Amino acid sequence: MDYSEKVLDHFANPRNIGEISDADGVGTVGNPTCGDMTTVYIRVKDGRITDIKFKTFGCAAAIATASMTTELALGKTLDEALAIGRNDVADALDGLPPVKMHCSNLAADALHAAIEACMAK
Amino acid sequence: MKRIYLDHAATTAVDREVVQTMMPYFTETYGNASSLHSFGRDARNALHSSRQTVADALGAHANEIIFTSGGTESDNLALKGVGKGHIITSSIEHPAILSTCKYLEDHGCGVTYVPVDSDGMVDPGDVESAITDDTTLISVMHANNEIGTIQPIGKIDSIAKDHGILFHTDAVQSFGKTEIDVQKMNIDLLSISSHKIYGPKGVGALYIRKGVKIEPLIHGGGHEMGMRASTENIPGIIGFAKAASLAVERFEQDTRHLTGLRDMLIAGVMDSIDDVILNGHLTERLPNNANLRFAFVEGESLLMHLDMKGIAVSTGSACSSASLDPSHVLLALGLAPEDIHGSIRFTLGRENTESEIKYVLEVLPEIVGKLRAISPLAGG
Ligand SMILES: Cc1ncc(COP(=O)(O)O)c(C=O)c1O
Ligand code: FES
Repeated sequence: MDYSEKVLDHFANPRNIGEISDADGVGTVGNPTCGDMTTVYIRVKDGRITDIKFKTFGCAAAIATASMTTELALGKTLDEALAIGRNDVADALDGLPPVKMHCSNLAADALHAAIEACMAK
Repeated sequence: MKRIYLDHAATTAVDREVVQTMMPYFTETYGNASSLHSFGRDARNALHSSRQTVADALGAHANEIIFTSGGTESDNLALKGVGKGHIITSSIEHPAILSTCKYLEDHGCGVTYVPVDSDGMVDPGDVESAITDDTTLISVMHANNEIGTIQPIGKIDSIAKDHGILFHTDAVQSFGKTEIDVQKMNIDLLSISSHKIYGPKGVGALYIRKGVKIEPLIHGGGHEMGMRASTENIPGIIGFAKAASLAVERFEQDTRHLTGLRDMLIAGVMDSIDDVILNGHLTERLPNNANLRFAFVEGESLLMHLDMKGIAVSTGSACSSASLDPSHVLLALGLAPEDIHGSIRFTLGRENTESEIKYVLEVLPEIVGKLRAISPLAGG
């Protein structure tokens, strides 16, 4: 159950940490498997994600996947970002230990929730 | 990078003196202790004196000590060896006890799991009320491996004796760290393990009080007074006995050292970090255990950050182990899942130093601060 170098890097130096005060969309998701939690904030301009931030209470995999998810989503159109799934995130991190796959749902689901909140506006 | 080992409840380094003592038993005194020739006699003598040493450390007689492959086997032997009727145990036992109880339940035994209070303490009254006409055995651990709480076994064993029920205790964590005298106490069966006391892995013992009859698990040649067949692991047993005698010899020194470091760690963390709570009992606790709960952060993240600084700890959190279930021990204390998540176990050892604890106290506030800064639970 060892983490890849990339997971450790994103865990130790997470990108895009924080909040966006007047975000266009906010999504918070709790992980039913373990009780961990991620919030994603997005700012959207002309249908593209121009800024994205996250906060996570969770394991190293939860933090690393949230960080990677924000990297993948930044600059994408909302439709492109909606297509980002947990496997994309795990692949971008050179894989996750099998017991940690559920952790990557957290970030992808929070991103999708933020996008949906934005679209509903 | 300098590495600091603070996970002595998981296992310990073998003491160099112990290794020295073991060495000749691999290449010189390698006989089979059952053989009649001089090689066998030498091994037999080594086995006898080791049995005496371990017995002395417990206040037992040599013929009451059965060497096993470790704490897990000792626990299995005690429970399955009684193996009938109704068993009373606690909800915070090690899996070596709990899984064995589950097995026995599947094979027709009744088991009652008595709860613990928020400090992890069993109420002897609960044990007494759980007794039925069928109760054959009470098994309550001496000290808990996660939170270090020391159980009132001196009361529970009297209850067992008054009702004519056998009493077993898993003393794997307490052996060498608390005083144990099986003669003064009413203990019938007691499990210990070598690798928690600076001895080699894969060796342990079960104390079986004279006159107590239980069934063996392993059948074969008549080794270990018929209680545990298989050619004895003489180097391991020699190492275990040496470790036990060192534990006795250094008991006061070790206790002072460990308690000092533990209290320095707890006080230092409390001083430098807000919203930290000590899990387990304040005073009735192992001298080397500090199980701390950091609000708003998740234990595995904390563990991984400490690991990156060379500091090895363990977590009561689900997220670190192969299983995702939260710690059954912390759940039994009545903790909320998010509090269980933020708990970290530091277990100190003989070779740890004040400067190592100082280093931990230097890096920990920054790590907790960093994790709280990204935690949606920390609120601003
Ligand atoms: C309380 C307790 N019982 C039993 C065991 C199992 O001992 P061993 O590893 O020697 O089988 C351990 C160690 O993990 C323990 O802490
Ligand atoms: S998100 Fe909870 S275990 Fe990873």
